[in-house]
Amino acid sequence: MTAWLLAALQTLLFLFMAPLLAGWVKRVKCHMQNRSAPSLLQPYRDMAKLFRKHTVLAEHASWIFRTTPYIVFGATILTAAVVPLVAVQLPTTAIADVIVLVGFLALARFFTALAGMDIGTAFGGMGASREMMIGALAEPVMLMTVFTMAMTASTTNLSEAVLFTLNSGLVLRPSFVFAVLGLMMVAVAETGRVPVDNPATHLELTMIHEAMILEYSGRHLALIEWAAQIKLMIYAVLIANIFLPWGIAAEFTTEALGVGAVAITVKLMGLAIVLVVWETVMAKMRLFRAPQFLGFAFLLSLLGMLTHVILETGG
Amino acid sequence: MELAQLSLFNQAVLVLAALALLTSFLMLAQGRKLPLIYTYGWQGVLLAVTTALVAYVTGHTHLYISAVLTLALKALLIPWLLHRLAVRLNVQRENEPIAYPSLLLLAGAALVVFSYYVSLPIVQFAASATRNIIAVSMSIVLLGMLLMITRRRAMAQVIGFMSMENGLFFAGVVSTYGMPMIVELGIAFDVLVAAILFGVFFFQMRASIDSLDVDRLNRLREVDE
Amino acid sequence: MTALWLTLLIPLAGILLLAFVGHLRAAGWINVVLSGSTFITSLWLALTVFDGGTLISPGRMLYIDAFNVYLVVLTALVSLTTAIFSRPYMRHEVETRRLSGRRMRLYHSMYQGFMFTMLAALTTNNVGILWVSMEGATLATVLLVSLYRTPEAVEAAWKYFILCGVGIAQALFGTVLLFFAAERVIPVRDDALLWNVLYGSASQLEPTVLTLAFVFLLVGYGTKVGLVPLHNWLPDAHSEGPTPMSAILSGLLLNVALYSLVRVKMLVDGSLQNNLAGHLMMGFGLLSFMVAGLFLHRQRDIKRMYSYSSIEHMGLMTFAFGIGGPLATFGALLHMTVHSLTKSAIFVTVGHAAQIAGTQTIDKIRGLIMTQPSVGWGLLIGTVAIAGFPPFGVFVSEFLVLSATMKSWPWLTVPLLVGLAIAFAGLFRHLHPMVYGEVPEGQKPVRANMLPVMLQLAMVLWLGIAIPVFLAKWFEQATILIAGSSPL
Repeated sequence: MTAWLLAALQTLLFLFMAPLLAGWVKRVKCHMQNRSAPSLLQPYRDMAKLFRKHTVLAEHASWIFRTTPYIVFGATILTAAVVPLVAVQLPTTAIADVIVLVGFLALARFFTALAGMDIGTAFGGMGASREMMIGALAEPVMLMTVFTMAMTASTTNLSEAVLFTLNSGLVLRPSFVFAVLGLMMVAVAETGRVPVDNPATHLELTMIHEAMILEYSGRHLALIEWAAQIKLMIYAVLIANIFLPWGIAAEFTTEALGVGAVAITVKLMGLAIVLVVWETVMAKMRLFRAPQFLGFAFLLSLLGMLTHVILETGG
Repeated sequence: MELAQLSLFNQAVLVLAALALLTSFLMLAQGRKLPLIYTYGWQGVLLAVTTALVAYVTGHTHLYISAVLTLALKALLIPWLLHRLAVRLNVQRENEPIAYPSLLLLAGAALVVFSYYVSLPIVQFAASATRNIIAVSMSIVLLGMLLMITRRRAMAQVIGFMSMENGLFFAGVVSTYGMPMIVELGIAFDVLVAAILFGVFFFQMRASIDSLDVDRLNRLREVDE
Repeated sequence: MTALWLTLLIPLAGILLLAFVGHLRAAGWINVVLSGSTFITSLWLALTVFDGGTLISPGRMLYIDAFNVYLVVLTALVSLTTAIFSRPYMRHEVETRRLSGRRMRLYHSMYQGFMFTMLAALTTNNVGILWVSMEGATLATVLLVSLYRTPEAVEAAWKYFILCGVGIAQALFGTVLLFFAAERVIPVRDDALLWNVLYGSASQLEPTVLTLAFVFLLVGYGTKVGLVPLHNWLPDAHSEGPTPMSAILSGLLLNVALYSLVRVKMLVDGSLQNNLAGHLMMGFGLLSFMVAGLFLHRQRDIKRMYSYSSIEHMGLMTFAFGIGGPLATFGALLHMTVHSLTKSAIFVTVGHAAQIAGTQTIDKIRGLIMTQPSVGWGLLIGTVAIAGFPPFGVFVSEFLVLSATMKSWPWLTVPLLVGLAIAFAGLFRHLHPMVYGEVPEGQKPVRANMLPVMLQLAMVLWLGIAIPVFLAKWFEQATILIAGSSPL
């Protein structure tokens, strides 16, 4: 019983901490660019404002357009439930393994793309086609990175894999080094950060994610934005907990959970700083260069798998 | 031997070897001259550190000398020579457009698989902890050759050649813990002389065909017209 | 022992000496004197080995047995005759092609440098140092191939450098694998690359690793031998460099590369009890033989034509060493000697022919026998010798190889005979107009010392008619060493 309660608590924590992470990223970025930053709670205020507003629907909008925000949000919550945030071996992690996790994210992307095309505007179609191209390239990379992890842990269940890495102690695995680099590049592509997509832009030549959701307003927009923030947190937690799992709670005592919470907070803050530095240093790539970027990510994850087979399995 | 059972230093050797392989791939996709030279320098550094770690783990102290030799020659001297050449030939800002970089990287990955397959019979017989790295060293050799085949500029071909020698030296280190000292010194001397001669060559090439584009060296044909 | 050290030290000293004084008029004479002294010390060495048996230096770094001692003498002899030829030839070249003093210093010091690496490769006991010397030979000569600095010469030198460099790198991998296999069997680590120790424990070396090692070594040293399909550098390098370079590259480097290959084959045969190494060598040898014979016909440059003839003969030798029996090995050893003597003599004559005609294109060289009879006759007799006419030595060695083939692989004699006929036709088709054609306007004889050429061709004739006893004994000892039994 406690386990289920903890699982529900963890998912709620995931949901409500995601905007805080987004706020932290924004704050660090502003400091790096020498601007004055908005408060950490600004994303909450923005979401509250959006929830209060009316939704405006286009005349040609079908049920797809109306239900997509809920589907996307639902799929993202499900994913958040599966990913271990503070503790491992929670019952919700048995719902799905990593492959299904990738599938959930793919479901969300699929519906967003459909919604973008649903109304018939040029921006929506353009954004949808770009998103699908990037998705088509990024998904194999992500699968290969998680397969590398799964091959080492001999299981595709995320919680079991994290527990395995935790129990092995400090082991330097070449495959993990490549896999984490590949996963970071995929995370950048999938969450729409520089250099693949600029989250702050609304210029038609450079939008990808923003183009698909351009027509949304009110609570629909709030749900979609929240889902995007949760997605960023999901990827960050994946990177932090799969490859650097130390601190995560393996038992359900208060002490372990406390340590777990602090550990994940520190890791997320660190990853956010890495992301901001990366975004500041890199310039946004032209769209036709995105396949090369993802090709290099593919190479890294492929090398991860190859080095696992060659170097780590004892011949 | 499972990875988790090896000592931390052994694992570090594997990680560094994998990173050296990554530098080979980075060189395949890099069109600009100076980053290419620097990547080659980093490959030398990684190999020198790996050699020193292998020396520490296995207790073969003569490998420390090999590590210092590699660092001095392949991470410092030869990149410095190449850098000087690039500046004197005024090609340091040149970017050679690579036709299909993603395809090239995939071909490189296929070569890694091939070298793993080829080195399986050797790996079975090695009792050392570094035996799996033989496949990595052979991949570095093959990737160096791929680099030579796919480039048109003489400087990139020379770096491919040097990278191949890196891989061969590394193969010697990991399969047999280095060769007898006199042979290693001889090989290092040969590599140095080769680098110097390449430098002299570039000037001759530039003076005779007015560019460093190897595709222009095409006057000697099999069947003379 | 002293003879051995001197044989190696004289060329080494020559490198340094000629690096400083190589541009003087006297440099050619100094080169001749150095090569002459090397030849004398090599004869002395040969006598020591003849009397005392196999020689090993105190640190076991150098090793002279029946197989390499006569190659050492042969190398020194050909280098001496080529040095004698090179003196007036290069003087002429300096005047006509304006070679600077710096280039002459490079030429002369690298001539001795090349000799040093060849002799070091022949006399070393350490398989790793053998590799270092082979690579050193490439490095010593690469700048000489581009000596004339024309675009063609630079291209030939680049191809030579890259192809031989990559090839030799494969040989290094093969050497590493050999050391890998040896290290598990031989207790003292530093001994594991010494040839005599390896030969003693050859049966204990791991067969799978040695097979892989041999493949890499065959590809590596085979590139330097000029085996098809790794031969692309050879016609270019031999035709674009100065003629003395072509003579010593064709006559010596190919031989020493084949020697390295056979040394390794001896180890591999001891380990694998089947004849896989031999079969591989036979395959590549036969391929080179046939392909080179066909390519011979299409050549328009005289030096390229003769370098294809070199590829063909090296292919034949590789094939013979691959068959492996005593008869074939004896034939191959004899062929190494006579080919080296004949080919260097031919290249010397070709150099003079090109000087007379002012070009290397076959179509423009005519009427040599009218203009300068010694050159014309030299070329004619040389080509007759290399094509395998009796009573020259090449005929005898080819006959021995054919007999051996007929004994063990009867159906392979057909391609051999066909190849010999094709090469013969190709050589004479091009030779006849060159020697007997109509003399073009204004063709004048050049200063040429044809004595070394005549001497070498006479030696080949002598070897064809009656091999002297001491030489036959040597070949026999080497054959016993390589093939295990005597043909006589």
